Amino acid sequence: MDRFRPVADGAPSEEGAPEAPDQHRPDLAAPDLGELLKACGRGDESAFARLYDATSTRVVGLALRVVRDRAQAEEVAQEAFLDIWKNSGRFDPAKGSPLGWLLTIVHRKAVDRVRSAEAATRRDATYHHQNQPVEHDSTAEAATASLEAHRVRQALGDLTEVQRQALELAYFGGYTHTEVATMLELPVGTAKTRIRDGLIRLRDTMGVGS
Amino acid sequence: MSDIDIHALSGAYAVDALDDSERAQFERHLAECPACTSEVASLREASALLAETTLATPSAELRDRVLAGISNVRPLPPVVSQPEPAEATVIALEPRRRRRVVTFLAAAAAAVVIGTGGIVWQQHDDHPSVTYAVIHAPDAQRFTKTFPGGATATVYRSKRLNEAVIVTRDMPAAPSGHAYALWLQQGDAMVPAGLMPNGPDNEVLLHGDAATAAGVGITVEAAGEEPATPQGDVVALFSFDT
Repeated sequence: MDRFRPVADGAPSEEGAPEAPDQHRPDLAAPDLGELLKACGRGDESAFARLYDATSTRVVGLALRVVRDRAQAEEVAQEAFLDIWKNSGRFDPAKGSPLGWLLTIVHRKAVDRVRSAEAATRRDATYHHQNQPVEHDSTAEAATASLEAHRVRQALGDLTEVQRQALELAYFGGYTHTEVATMLELPVGTAKTRIRDGLIRLRDTMGVGS
Repeated sequence: MSDIDIHALSGAYAVDALDDSERAQFERHLAECPACTSEVASLREASALLAETTLATPSAELRDRVLAGISNVRPLPPVVSQPEPAEATVIALEPRRRRRVVTFLAAAAAAVVIGTGGIVWQQHDDHPSVTYAVIHAPDAQRFTKTFPGGATATVYRSKRLNEAVIVTRDMPAAPSGHAYALWLQQGDAMVPAGLMPNGPDNEVLLHGDAATAAGVGITVEAAGEEPATPQGDVVALFSFDT
């Protein structure tokens, strides 16, 4: 993959003068994340820098939404990116999209973080508190206008209220399905069904993971 | 849990909404259920879409830290053959070695371990060689205990990676019907950090936030049931206080 070889001298230095992250705005069409992951698996750090630039707003955004603390979110993102680098050669495009694979790693790290003893106090957060918007910055605001985000919100609107609440508490809140059942006052064992039904509907509306 | 029930966990599994024993159970099920494997993959794709609605700009420092952090880490080789799941299951122990472990236990520090509710953990199976990264991390700290008879247990902790690894050599088998359990001390609580596989020589990644832990404990617990709090004898305690 010649086009993923390290850039020539004279390109912006990654160490001395880091580029602003938004110089490489996430773009769903390009770069090809699968190709970048392949190059990373061969130890191509320049490909990893491009992968970082293409995905970091999603990675940090997701981590921030789950752990709700910027410093911790960046720690989670850093650990996740290290895992992504280490495992890049093991990404299998037959099993899913690069972004799905990568965000699965991030999500698991974020959930592990909020479930740790350190974050025990967070477990007291009320459902109301849980639904307060997390502070986002200008890029996030710009992103809310993105077509994809708009489509996802519309698709979430097609879920039943309880499906959407159960899915969001599980995915963004990091709660187990048993905890979600208690929070939503659902009979024991039904939250997992709501989560699954909600995901299936979201998947089918958005036409992913066929 | 019946087979019908376990299929219904696919959605909760895809969004990491299972507790640790359910996750372990479901992962065993996944290994033999192609339908669930395929469903989980598609539901994970769907769940990843939710991240589209939560973008946030990272600090410029994060980019520097991430890129600096990978430069001394070698990507893992691709999986070239069918991998065995790196699951920390409880394996039948060798009764004939019981006498050795009694001596071993008697010599170990007597300590009271106060437990609290926690999570029983399986090993991450998505990065099996993270142990190497922890042991060789630039900031890795090393704590070794030598037991009578020459067995050693060494804990490596990297705060930066937020991981700890325990390496055992010549470890006597746990008593019949028992297994070694690992714990991270978080404040006053011992939080489950996984089970040690059978065998004298092991390298095990502890689950949990190693960066915030005050130490690591090893106890002997009844096999088969992973306790949420330490119930058995303490074999060793490692304090991270330096």
